[in-house]
Amino acid sequence: MSTTSAAPKKQHSRLFGLPKETLLDWYDDMLLVRRFEEKCAQLYGMGKIMGFCHLYNGQEAISTGAVKGAITRDDYVITAYRDHGLAISKGVDPKPIMAELLGKVTGTTRGQGGSMHIFDKETNFLGGHAIVGSHIPIAAGAAFASKYKGEKRVCLCFMGDGATNIGAFHEGLNLAALWKLPVVFIIENNRYSMGTSVRRSSAVEELIKKGLGYDLRTEVIDGFNVLEVYTKVKAAVDHARETYEPSLLEIRTYRYRGHSMSDPIHGHYRTKEEVEEQKKYDPISVFAEILKAEKLVDEEWLDEAEKRIKAIVEECVTFAENSPEPPLENLYDVYYKESNGE
Amino acid sequence: MATKIMMPKLSDTMEEGVILKWVRKEGEKVKQGETLVEIESDKADMELEAYDSGVLRKIVVPEGGKAAIGALIAVIGDPNEDISGMLADVPLTPGKAVSAEKPKETAPKGAAPAQPPTPATPVQPAGQPGDGRTKASPLAKRLAQDHHVNIAGVQGSGPQGRVIKRDVEGVLSSGSAVPQRTYLAGTSEDVALSPIRKTIAKRMTESKTTAPHFYVTIEADMEPAMTFREQLNAASESKISFTDILIKATASALMRHPQINATYLGDSMKQYHYVHMAVAVALDEGLVTPIIRNCEQKGIAAINADLRDLAERARNRKLKPEEYTGATFTISNLGMYGVEEFVAIINPPEGAILAVGSIVEKPVVKKGAIVIGHTMKMTLSSDHRIIDGAVAARFLQDLKKILENPASLAL
Amino acid sequence: MPTVSLREALNQAIDEEMARDERVFLMGEEVAEYNGAYKVSQGLLAKWGPRRIIDTPIAEAGFAGIGIGAAMCGLRPIVEFMTWNFSLVAYDQIANHAAKMYSMTGGHFNVPMVFRGPGGAAHGLGATHSQALESIYAHIPGLKVVMPSTCKDAKGLLKTAIRDENPVIFIESEVMYGDKGEIPEGEYTIPFGVGEVKKEGKDVTLVSWSKVLAHIVWKSVEKLEEELGISIEVIDPRTIKPMDYDLIVESVKKTNRLLIVEEGWPFASVGAQLSDEITRRAFDYLDAPVERVNQEDVPLPYAKALEKHSLPNIDKIRAGLKKVLYID
Repeated sequence: MSTTSAAPKKQHSRLFGLPKETLLDWYDDMLLVRRFEEKCAQLYGMGKIMGFCHLYNGQEAISTGAVKGAITRDDYVITAYRDHGLAISKGVDPKPIMAELLGKVTGTTRGQGGSMHIFDKETNFLGGHAIVGSHIPIAAGAAFASKYKGEKRVCLCFMGDGATNIGAFHEGLNLAALWKLPVVFIIENNRYSMGTSVRRSSAVEELIKKGLGYDLRTEVIDGFNVLEVYTKVKAAVDHARETYEPSLLEIRTYRYRGHSMSDPIHGHYRTKEEVEEQKKYDPISVFAEILKAEKLVDEEWLDEAEKRIKAIVEECVTFAENSPEPPLENLYDVYYKESNGE
Repeated sequence: MATKIMMPKLSDTMEEGVILKWVRKEGEKVKQGETLVEIESDKADMELEAYDSGVLRKIVVPEGGKAAIGALIAVIGDPNEDISGMLADVPLTPGKAVSAEKPKETAPKGAAPAQPPTPATPVQPAGQPGDGRTKASPLAKRLAQDHHVNIAGVQGSGPQGRVIKRDVEGVLSSGSAVPQRTYLAGTSEDVALSPIRKTIAKRMTESKTTAPHFYVTIEADMEPAMTFREQLNAASESKISFTDILIKATASALMRHPQINATYLGDSMKQYHYVHMAVAVALDEGLVTPIIRNCEQKGIAAINADLRDLAERARNRKLKPEEYTGATFTISNLGMYGVEEFVAIINPPEGAILAVGSIVEKPVVKKGAIVIGHTMKMTLSSDHRIIDGAVAARFLQDLKKILENPASLAL
Repeated sequence: MPTVSLREALNQAIDEEMARDERVFLMGEEVAEYNGAYKVSQGLLAKWGPRRIIDTPIAEAGFAGIGIGAAMCGLRPIVEFMTWNFSLVAYDQIANHAAKMYSMTGGHFNVPMVFRGPGGAAHGLGATHSQALESIYAHIPGLKVVMPSTCKDAKGLLKTAIRDENPVIFIESEVMYGDKGEIPEGEYTIPFGVGEVKKEGKDVTLVSWSKVLAHIVWKSVEKLEEELGISIEVIDPRTIKPMDYDLIVESVKKTNRLLIVEEGWPFASVGAQLSDEITRRAFDYLDAPVERVNQEDVPLPYAKALEKHSLPNIDKIRAGLKKVLYID
């Protein structure tokens, strides 16, 4: 079965009873992620961001719909290394995120982690992990802790299509299903691992089939429509909260940039034409059209949103650039945690 | 064709022999069959005959020298041929040649001394491989250094001749804690002068040739000082020595005789009203003189503490320059070697130096009767440019008085 | 003082800590209904129930990861590996995640958990079931590595491990679980980084730990002392990381010689690190280079004689002692 996504043709006649502020908030969120990532690309090109930088451009409907929309601040989010967007949607202040990318001491992890390792305890953002699939059992562990303590927290575990082939994916899903852990596994299927398509790496192209092997509740979701993402992820989250049963969701999406800043946007693995074609279904534009159709926004508001978001991103850059680098004394600061005598 | 003459095995239990007499001398012709050399074995004196004719080109082990069985003792050859190859194994500097190592080949038991030459056992310098470095464990090195043992002269029993702890301990327990050096009798060696030695050479020459020295000796009854020392030690935590008392007494006397505590400046003399006392300490490389400052103000206990500290650091080469320069007077003491009396050379720019001998137990006359007494001789060397005989004598008289009445130091 | 077996000592430690802290739980293969593959967790399921004593499927990466996630979110897991050989399946989780979480997150998340189980060779288990892997864990910054050799040390150290705020690698030995020993009455813990002179001596310092110390060194020491006419000082570091170098240096200052006896392979073993560190710190006190007894540099064979020859034994210890004491 082909993985090319059909253009979302459905119009949403109802907006699920969501208040206008919420919807406009979501728009801001998506736009912020996009402009933030574009700024990262610019700074990376200038040599201010080092190492690997994996950008979220094109996938914003997922972070906004699932993280900003479908869960609460108390719920956990964990992902692989394409984490900027998810962190922003979770409520992590983008200024320290930018500072972290520039390796400053005011960064989210004081310059210790970098782009692939954004963490924030306060907003329950559990990172930012660079070994493909390894965070999946950890996600099940977070859900385990929640259930053990009698809490109602759910863990959203994001991963790429490539992660569904590695051992930890299977061990994590099996354990979550076996022990009924409240984790929602979300595959952000953007069709390609780095330069290898799903067809060339997975025995099954319909990735949710892998969930059937563990008897998981599964669903395929249109990742270009933030409302669709919101609705379906929320259903899975509510289910987990009530029954502790995990789900495996496959959200079909697309990334406009290369796998990382070091990789080509198009080339041997996909054509330029394909990328351009996909941009027609830009989730931000899709959402803008929906909002305009529902008369919730007009062009003026959209322009003003641009300006507003641009200012926020500039503020992030200023903050990051004016921040100091970590002092050398910090090197052994976070080696072992000292006991607090409990 | 040159041949090597090796130390033969002249008895079944012999391990090394002593050369008693070279019957032929270097450069003389030797005829096959005649006696070449007389050797003392562990059992008897034996004669060794030459079994080749030729010229005795080189005597390697001279009369009185020892060599292990199989070691090279001489070379016989043609008058002009190059025998340097035969001698290549023989180091010509001391500390290396005569080795007690078992040779690799020994002469058959009981055979006549005349043997076909056996390949020379390479004579291994004590503990040293071919590259001349001493292999020693870090611990052995430290022990050797601490006890002033020359590690290059220690035989190593570890792998590859490594000198290890038990080797150094062996040297120490054999009684000598001085540098172990074996000499090749009859030879000389060039020993490089250490920087200290060179300085001493320069300064002492300068002193002796510039300052007109004269010498005055006095003998003091040391029994009061001995009693005094016992009393001090009863009240002191650390052990007070005669040197400490002597330093204090001398300082006290110097304060009353500033002309002795002085420096010749040409048109004037500088007389000091403080005493920075230099005390001679002997090191391997030469003499150093750490200084106890302001002895006139310090009590005997303080002097004792200072001297202890300075001597220790002098031995460890840790003295700072200000601690061995700036003295106003020096005391030198050879009493610990049993020397009763000697004269010392003044340390420029000081005006005088006191040489102190040992305390001698001998018959003395007290109150008209001969009794056993304890006396000590002190000789003052003075610079006649600023000090006269009477001045020196008065100073010594005072010093003697103080030593014979040490309680006066408490005043 | 009561006498217990090593497995009982460990059992008590886990039980006491579970009573003390609600957040502590035990997870691993066969720990619950089987009462533990080596019976370390005997009786715990009956006492604490399946919420806190949890049987896992055979999925080391999976349940190690669950432990890490749970620890990040406020619990204190004890993850049991049936043997440390199987931990290699979870090495990514331990080395890349547990070890680095506190540092990489700039302090946001620490991982207070214990990975424990038996390591090293037993008898005839073959190459993949006999490995002494402490060095590859000690090598990774962020982990602590603990290896007790007695019942008293095992209980005290495991309690400390469970209370530690960092991931602790706790390596036992299946052949030691039946060892008997005295333990103190009542509550006690043993701190990390503090070794113990298990036997005083004056001619040579011998450092060893865990099963090699308990089963091989102790059985050889008196015999070798008599045979060689020497007195051996035996030191048990108890924790591999942090290692009590000071204690060993003090001993070497006295004896001037060090012999390390361990089961790891020679290349980059714990003994290699220890040898380098002590040589550096006690250089002027060494009369001989530090000697090491290791397992032969091969995967462990099955046949009895080959296995015995590969592992540390009295002959190798004797040879090491002779070398370091310059006895021919």
